[in-house]
Amino acid sequence: MKILIVDDFSTMRRIIKNLLRDLGFNNTSEADDGNTGLPMLQSGNFDFLVTDWNMPGMTGLDLLKAVRADARLKNLPVLMVTAEAKKEQIVMAAQAGVNGYIVKPFTAQTLKEKIDKIFERIEAGG
Amino acid sequence: MEKNLDKAALLAYTRILLAQLENDSTTDLELGDTLDDIMALRDSTLFLELGKMTREIHESIMNFRLDSRITDLAHTDIPDAKDRLEYVITMTENAANTVMTVVERGTPVAEKLIEQSKQLTQQWQKFRRREMGPDELRTMGQDVENFFAESSTMMTELLSGFTEVLMAQDFQDLTGQIIRRVINLVNEIEGNLVQLIRIQGENYVREDKKDKSVAAGETILEGPQVPGRESTDVMRGQDDVDDLLASLGF
Repeated sequence: MKILIVDDFSTMRRIIKNLLRDLGFNNTSEADDGNTGLPMLQSGNFDFLVTDWNMPGMTGLDLLKAVRADARLKNLPVLMVTAEAKKEQIVMAAQAGVNGYIVKPFTAQTLKEKIDKIFERIEAGG
Repeated sequence: MEKNLDKAALLAYTRILLAQLENDSTTDLELGDTLDDIMALRDSTLFLELGKMTREIHESIMNFRLDSRITDLAHTDIPDAKDRLEYVITMTENAANTVMTVVERGTPVAEKLIEQSKQLTQQWQKFRRREMGPDELRTMGQDVENFFAESSTMMTELLSGFTEVLMAQDFQDLTGQIIRRVINLVNEIEGNLVQLIRIQGENYVREDKKDKSVAAGETILEGPQVPGRESTDVMRGQDDVDDLLASLGF
């Protein structure tokens, strides 16, 4: 399982990386915004994307849209981890095709639950 | 300026001038003196006005100097506040990294301790079942001794890590103070802006609500919600988000 973590704050990337390692996901890579993350996704055989929303350069929402518009990436599971907590934004992310949405600050348990749920759905063929 | 001429004096000088003109015996010198008196009258009024103007300019400059606080705000305090906030980011980032380094360093230490105690437990159980020969018993004795020495070293290492974690939390105090200062600065700027608006008086029309319209398709990202100052229509936590997504078929 190869996971890409996209967040402009290195501390947040590190927190997510450590939490993922505790959950048994050791193969992670990092990018600091959509502009650096998208080429990595296109060339790197990633199985999962965890992204922030508000980033300089390319935002997480635009990255999500780019992923869904890319023939080879369109089925990539995307989990958004962001401080953006307005209803319209969550609806917007859902419409863009996000697989899970976590608001910061979050707990390790929440991250585990959302990831488990996303894989359950994929395995169930949804 | 003309208004402030001493009319009574001017009238008196004019009468003298008229009388002198009607009198054939008046010399040019005498006429000149009277004209000089009239001119002097005008000059003194002029000086008076100049004096007043000078005072007004002086007072304006003095007031402007008193208001140099506003200039300071723009030139010093606002850039200073930006730097302070940048510093808050740096400090919190350092603290987070310190803590995570300790965790990353301590985890394998704890894992090793668990592993060693598991091995000793197995040896001990073998001993209790009387399945252990004298050689194995000697090895276990050595292992126990090593474990005692090593576990003490490892625990000391973990404890020093805890201290580091504890110390790294000092950013809270420092960033709190800095942010409070920036809040005070913003309050001061707000006060000055209100003052400016008051000076503008009747010409001022409230426009603050008007210009907030956003171009179609553009999203305003608000970042973390601050307790007590949440925007409208905001999710109160992960449960709210989950409920909303569930209602959307997730």
